[in-house]
Amino acid sequence: MTIELNIVERWRDFPILNQQVNGHPLVYLDSAASSQKPRCVIDAVADYYREDNANIHRGVHQLSQRATDAYEGAREKVRGFVNAAVVKEIVFVRGATEAINLVAQSFVRPQLSAGDTVLVSQLEHHANIVPWQMVCEQTGATLQVIPMTQSGELDLSGIDELLTGSAKILAIGHVSNALGTVNPIKGLIAKAHDKGIPVLIDGAQAVPHMAVDVQDLDCDFYVFSGHKMFAPTGIGALYGKRSILEQMPPWQGGGDMILSVSFEHTQYNDLPYKFEAGTPNIAGTIGLGMAIDYMQEVGIDNIAAHEHNLLVAATERLEVMEGVNIIGTAAEKASVLSFMIEGVHPHDVGTIFDQQGVAIRTGHHCAQPVMQFYEIPATARASFAFYNKLSDVDALVASIEKVQEMFA
Amino acid sequence: MSDLRDLYQEVIMDHNKKPRNFRDMPEADHLAHGNNPLCGDALVVYVKLSGDIIEDVSFQGSGCAISVASASLMTEMLKGKTITEAQKTYDLFHQQMTDKSAGNTASLGKLEVLIGVREFPARVKCATLSWHTVHAALDNDHDISVTTE
Repeated sequence: MTIELNIVERWRDFPILNQQVNGHPLVYLDSAASSQKPRCVIDAVADYYREDNANIHRGVHQLSQRATDAYEGAREKVRGFVNAAVVKEIVFVRGATEAINLVAQSFVRPQLSAGDTVLVSQLEHHANIVPWQMVCEQTGATLQVIPMTQSGELDLSGIDELLTGSAKILAIGHVSNALGTVNPIKGLIAKAHDKGIPVLIDGAQAVPHMAVDVQDLDCDFYVFSGHKMFAPTGIGALYGKRSILEQMPPWQGGGDMILSVSFEHTQYNDLPYKFEAGTPNIAGTIGLGMAIDYMQEVGIDNIAAHEHNLLVAATERLEVMEGVNIIGTAAEKASVLSFMIEGVHPHDVGTIFDQQGVAIRTGHHCAQPVMQFYEIPATARASFAFYNKLSDVDALVASIEKVQEMFA
Repeated sequence: MSDLRDLYQEVIMDHNKKPRNFRDMPEADHLAHGNNPLCGDALVVYVKLSGDIIEDVSFQGSGCAISVASASLMTEMLKGKTITEAQKTYDLFHQQMTDKSAGNTASLGKLEVLIGVREFPARVKCATLSWHTVHAALDNDHDISVTTE
């Protein structure tokens, strides 16, 4: 008989959290940068290398068969995780960044010419800006930006003018990494589709925190990274609608993405292998599959509810602290609390936090346009995962008080 | 583990709050921009030479306490020095900041208050930003950017 663990005890599944940093128990508030890994994911990766390691899709021997089954089994888990219609719609990539580059180069670039536009928002992570700037430079197209409001939400007042026939794609984040804003993507997707504009959703900051249903959203592409959702680094997934992926040319050439090769003619493989040239990150993929199993066992609704409690508790505490300003006050937020301490540069904040054993991120969070909007060089950012405790909020507050004491 | 007060010494906190020579210098004959893109620190260092003597040096910009205090201390240190002396100080400071085994920190003079930064490897670039920038200013007559990342 298994005992169902209460969500607040789940931190025990993460071996790394059980350590001292600078003489204090580690309080990890940097999950938006990279999440920690539960024991089962670490074991799945290690077990694969100990017991099943071999190349996939070509060996007739037992190990290759096991590795292939595990790799393709993970693809089915990802399909279920985002509720894609068919498993062919899941392409394994290194992470959200690679997925966006793939779509930019394979899907968008051949359609773009001077006068066309690519539409992003001011809230984007650099990974959802730079690949589009590159494709615009290559084609003469223009990058257009949906502006943001002071609270850190999308300013959709001019959206109808931006969603015009010249827009060849709308690429937008589901959740802002710098501010935690949850964007109203379902409505935006519908609006874009009314004008015939395909939509890519950068879900890197969403999948660790909420259930995602790509069929319900009706997005054309959805991308995410494994390492932000308790899986290893170097693995992520691209979801694309089958009808679109089938039209797209391969992005990288090599082994595994072909059916036959001669110097006269190469026939490309079917979906999704057409986009998976070379030996992939098999262990990482298996780890991603295990992370999905684990999240489903914990329960995504439980995760969302506990994180919401943490975010609300932290927000209420910081709101009443003198000299502390929360950056990003959208009505719908997930997991992220960006803040400034008056008179103290965020980098100094980060060092003092670290000396208390509290890990936060300080800097521009790869979202410099957001910093430019607020006219600040950087913020301090605490981000939560379900393995955080309410006492971690106490540590956050105590560390802010320590900073204020040092800089009094 | 190092004590935070080893890093944030009173002298550093004072220079951060009231940076010395924190001003524009229209008559500067050398200047350079120093940027630390990771933390968003951005400084401009101005130098006015008289022969090979640094007659005046100032800075402007924004950054963390370590980078502002280090720039402020640097301007005090370099004023009146020859270019050769300034270069020697730059070399010495850079070596002391990046090499924990380097002895004789007393030779740093008033820059010794920054020695605690060595215990915080992620912050060394904050302390050295203004020095890289003045080095660039003296090496070039025009505006260049320094990146310490």
